[in-house]
Amino acid sequence: MWTFFHKLGSPPWMYRISGRILAVLLPLTLAMLVAGAIWGLLYTPPDFRQGNSFRIIYFHVPAAVVALAGYYVMAIAGAISLIWRMKMAEVAMKCAAPVGAAMTFLGLVSGAIWGKPTWGTYWVWDARLTSMLILFFLYLGVIALYQAYENKEAAAKACAVLSLVGTVNIPIIYKSVDWWYSLHQPATIKFTEESTMHSSMLQPLLLMIVAYYCLFGCALLLNMRSELLQRGSGTQWVRALVVGDRGTGGETRVL
Amino acid sequence: MVTLRGLALQRGGRTLLCDLDLNINAGQLLLIEGENGSGKTTLLRCLAGLSSLGRSGSLQRDCDEVLYLGHRAGIKAQLTPRENLAWACRCQGWATTSIDAALARVGLAGLEDRICQHLSAGQQRRVNLARLYLSFDHGAPRALWLLDEPFTAIDRAGVQALADTVAAQVARGGAVVLTSHQDLPLDIPLTKMVLGVAA
Amino acid sequence: MSPGVLSVVSAALRRQWLLAVRRPADTLNPLLFFLVTITLFPLGIGPDPVQLPAFAPGILWIVALLASLMAADGMFLSDYEDGSLEQLLLSPASLYVTSLAYVTSHWLVTGLPLTLLSPLFALMLQLPVQALPALMLSMLLGTALLSLVGSIGAALTVSLKRGGMLISLIIVPLYVPVLIFAASAVRYAAQGLPAGSQLFLLGGMLAFAVAAAPFAIAAGLRISVDAG
Repeated sequence: MWTFFHKLGSPPWMYRISGRILAVLLPLTLAMLVAGAIWGLLYTPPDFRQGNSFRIIYFHVPAAVVALAGYYVMAIAGAISLIWRMKMAEVAMKCAAPVGAAMTFLGLVSGAIWGKPTWGTYWVWDARLTSMLILFFLYLGVIALYQAYENKEAAAKACAVLSLVGTVNIPIIYKSVDWWYSLHQPATIKFTEESTMHSSMLQPLLLMIVAYYCLFGCALLLNMRSELLQRGSGTQWVRALVVGDRGTGGETRVL
Repeated sequence: MVTLRGLALQRGGRTLLCDLDLNINAGQLLLIEGENGSGKTTLLRCLAGLSSLGRSGSLQRDCDEVLYLGHRAGIKAQLTPRENLAWACRCQGWATTSIDAALARVGLAGLEDRICQHLSAGQQRRVNLARLYLSFDHGAPRALWLLDEPFTAIDRAGVQALADTVAAQVARGGAVVLTSHQDLPLDIPLTKMVLGVAA
Repeated sequence: MSPGVLSVVSAALRRQWLLAVRRPADTLNPLLFFLVTITLFPLGIGPDPVQLPAFAPGILWIVALLASLMAADGMFLSDYEDGSLEQLLLSPASLYVTSLAYVTSHWLVTGLPLTLLSPLFALMLQLPVQALPALMLSMLLGTALLSLVGSIGAALTVSLKRGGMLISLIIVPLYVPVLIFAASAVRYAAQGLPAGSQLFLLGGMLAFAVAAAPFAIAAGLRISVDAG
């Protein structure tokens, strides 16, 4: 167990293993995205009220779900970096922020596009969109704070504290926005109650949610790999990598 | 009192110190010398526990109290010397009874109730120095004093009085680490450490 | 020897009070800002005696939020610059307690005056008189919450050269629940509806923030002093 944690903290090991994971995960994600999109867009019946425009939920809902989960990923990585002073968690936190912000942005844009045929306007102050907008600001705050610190170690610590504060606040924010917009549509998927969606619509949505989670994972790993290379510039393992024998990995040589 | 093992300090992508092993024992006076930018202040802040960024290696501290006098005086310009020191005493848990005496010893008798804004920079530094006398009067004997250039801005008599207090603190089982550019009027044994600027 | 909690708190309150008295601008500026900004709204949206009272709860609370943001920005700045913060971190007094004492004293000289003057500003916006008790109660609880949350931002940004814009960016999203509940409490009261539930929610959030925020403030101060 401890050797695993030790390895997890080693940049060359992480770089190598993340490369292997990506080699599998990336094609899988793409396949799921394509399959989910085709299934959702072509092979599901149109909604009896919204017609075909409802189909954008296959892009909007997964983005919204993953955007929120991404904030928690970032905050948990931040907490780990604060408590155990693990560099890799610091890298993960720093890299999760822009990916999560991008997901949130995707959710906002798809929500706005969905809004046009549904409500007749691109932006309505509905509870989910408003919460997402605030989540987007929370992400931007973390990114801006990180950029503002010259000392990147201090930046990571400050961002970890901020994202933990944000984590505590997000449920309060979501609940308060829900309360504020008490006339919002009920959440579409509930795992505890009987779903209000027909299963033929739900199945592709679940597939898309899984695909988006994997997409988040891929983007996070890719981002982390470039950050690892940047941080390790000048070290032996990066130099070995640049020289060209990437397949064998560098750990034995480095350690 | 302090044990450093394999300490390395980095600041702004530059290595200030590496692989430093150091023991600071009770009753020891350590003088740190070095050019500007050699990491004296960073090392002192590190010993104080204020600085942990860019630090690796182990630092163990076992003392009853830490007194750190740094470049920034820690004096509020809108308060009087007496008010400033009363706050310092309350934070440390010291009695406030000898504030006036301490101010007199740094040559600020009669200025206790003047707003610090109206004091000169040297006088403000001396208000800060008075903390040292308060620590000696009320603080724990096994205290670690970390003094960054304490002798600047005080006159010759003040230097002597300060040196005597440092010697007394060392004699009663405390430890003192100080940086200084001047020759010290101290006739007690001291350990000297010179920091170089890494190429 | 570690100092007693009460002794440190009373010393901190006394010190901050003296500083506030000798630097009155820090206290007065947020209040003046409040007054000046409130004046802008009738000029901007028109002095319509129907619209203005309808918007008044929201206006009052948004301006209170901005004033509190302005006040929070400089909260630790002078202590950071003159080295008092270093000494505070080194002292054996618990940083949790001293942070809380700092926020309390900060609120006493910014949030409390705002609360006391809020009826005056409310009357300028023609808010119905029956809403004044709810306004003052929501201000009392809400500004304390804003001070606590704002101090987290102030602690995290105090070592940064341009912290002013940054603190708005990182703190405003966290202010959202306060704005929602407090403004709606006033709106309910203005319409003659009971506003108790919103005020209770504010009180609950305040209790939670009092317990939790000092940890984040203390962590932020340590990081800032270290980075400086």
